[in-house]
Amino acid sequence: MGYDHHFRVWRGDAAGGQLEDFVVEVNEGEVVLDVIHRLQATQTADLAVRWNCKAGKCGSCSAEINGRPRLMCMTRMSTFGRDETVSVAPLRTFPVVRDLVTDVSFNYAKAREVPSFAPPAGLAPGEYRMQQVDVERSQEFRKCIECFLCQDTCHVVRDHEENKAAFSGPRYLMRIAELDMHPLDELDRRREAQDDHGLGFCNITKCCTEVCPEHIKITDNALIPMKERVIDRKYDPLVWLGNKIRRRGAGDGRRAEQSPGAPAAAGAPGATPVPDEPARTGRGGDAGQ
Amino acid sequence: MTVTETRTPGQRDRRFSTLRTDTWWLPVARDALFLGVVLLYSLWASLQTSGYAVDNYISPIFSPCLTSNCGEHANLALVGDWYKWSPALLVAAFPIVFRLTCYYYRKVYYRAYFLSPPACAVLEPRAKYKGEARFPLILNNIHRYFWVVALPIVAILLYDGYNSLRFPDGWGLGVGSVLIIVNALLFAVYTLGCHSCRHILGGRLKNFSRHPLRYRAWTLVSRLNARHMQVALPSLAMIPITDLYIRLVANGTITDFRFF
Repeated sequence: MGYDHHFRVWRGDAAGGQLEDFVVEVNEGEVVLDVIHRLQATQTADLAVRWNCKAGKCGSCSAEINGRPRLMCMTRMSTFGRDETVSVAPLRTFPVVRDLVTDVSFNYAKAREVPSFAPPAGLAPGEYRMQQVDVERSQEFRKCIECFLCQDTCHVVRDHEENKAAFSGPRYLMRIAELDMHPLDELDRRREAQDDHGLGFCNITKCCTEVCPEHIKITDNALIPMKERVIDRKYDPLVWLGNKIRRRGAGDGRRAEQSPGAPAAAGAPGATPVPDEPARTGRGGDAGQ
Repeated sequence: MTVTETRTPGQRDRRFSTLRTDTWWLPVARDALFLGVVLLYSLWASLQTSGYAVDNYISPIFSPCLTSNCGEHANLALVGDWYKWSPALLVAAFPIVFRLTCYYYRKVYYRAYFLSPPACAVLEPRAKYKGEARFPLILNNIHRYFWVVALPIVAILLYDGYNSLRFPDGWGLGVGSVLIIVNALLFAVYTLGCHSCRHILGGRLKNFSRHPLRYRAWTLVSRLNARHMQVALPSLAMIPITDLYIRLVANGTITDFRFF
């Protein structure tokens, strides 16, 4: 049996807008996205909203529901009291295109700034061998659906537009952590994490972890370990001394990172193919990538 | 809550704090109050030159005791009779800085005191923000060194827990013993679940498969680390509770209850 529920949905464009009041029917088991669709069908045919799978997997329907960044398709109407007004607003951190649709290209620009996976020279796709225990940490980060809720909620850019140039956001700092923890990635990503992607801006207040719909422990498993790795490289005199004694250099045995825009490493997607050579012996464990 | 909102990039609408309808301010107020009370009490207690020990009980704020004016409670009398002030002043800095630079406590006081942010999706009330990349917050990077110093403090607190069972009339268990032992155990779990501990033991490795022992240690610490938040605040709360109890017993206000 349906009931009428009071909503406030943000409508407008880049020039400005406001929350507008609507009363919409809600049925048992429905989610906020269902209500938005009903709104489009019955009252506001020109309401702009980004959505796709309705199953919490594509990351398209990110919005701010009662002020909290959430996926509309994963927010059940049963979590709200029937007398409770529900507000639906676009992601605050990104420029509005129209209504609930925002321009998330900031994230794609930041993605392009992260050097891609850099396997050992001469090791081609299909020849990667690694142990499951060595890739487990990185596999957690692969659950990311790029909904950008973490990017939206992070106060570093949400409340400070001027930090957008220097700070990549939790999603891409997690991407850097994923690669730095990957057993076959040879680049030393610690310098770039701190200097190019603004890891130092992160003050580990964990809002990214709170909003992640995939329940990835972004702060504890990616950001903090990455901060500790940066300390190893840059702020720990004992580690520096240990590296000197063992003659490992500042890279701690890793290859210096490429500067942004440099040709991709051999073996990386889009790189110049390496001449045929005998396949390397496996490092043990199951094949995988 | 305003209705109209312009969203021009770069413009900060200070009137629009949040659209959140829940009591987001409650955890902020709770944490600010809790940390404030613990800090003020610990500061006061650290300055006291008496009342911190009675019989086989010693307050965790004063342990280890490195001055001769601790009398029979001195772990190691490194500092002689010329030292007339509180013994806690010589050692309190280490656990304090350990907790101040802890990743979890940083989250708590960044939210509660710096309001950076006060809560998720609530506008931060400062125009500029530069994070931990500059002085003084960059000093938080020394956390790992204070973790190393915390390890012997854990051992000493556990020893105090053992001593708390050895009464003048023989083995026994009192309320004071329970508080001292619980405090020591919580501090041990808190210290062993530290993010720096997790990194040092195995997190900094690329290949766990080549270091099975360190991987095993990292796995165990990771389990504790997942509970770091749940342990950190009770661990902090036990310090003033234990100290206050011992003080009340020492000055005769209450009598220690013995279970046996």
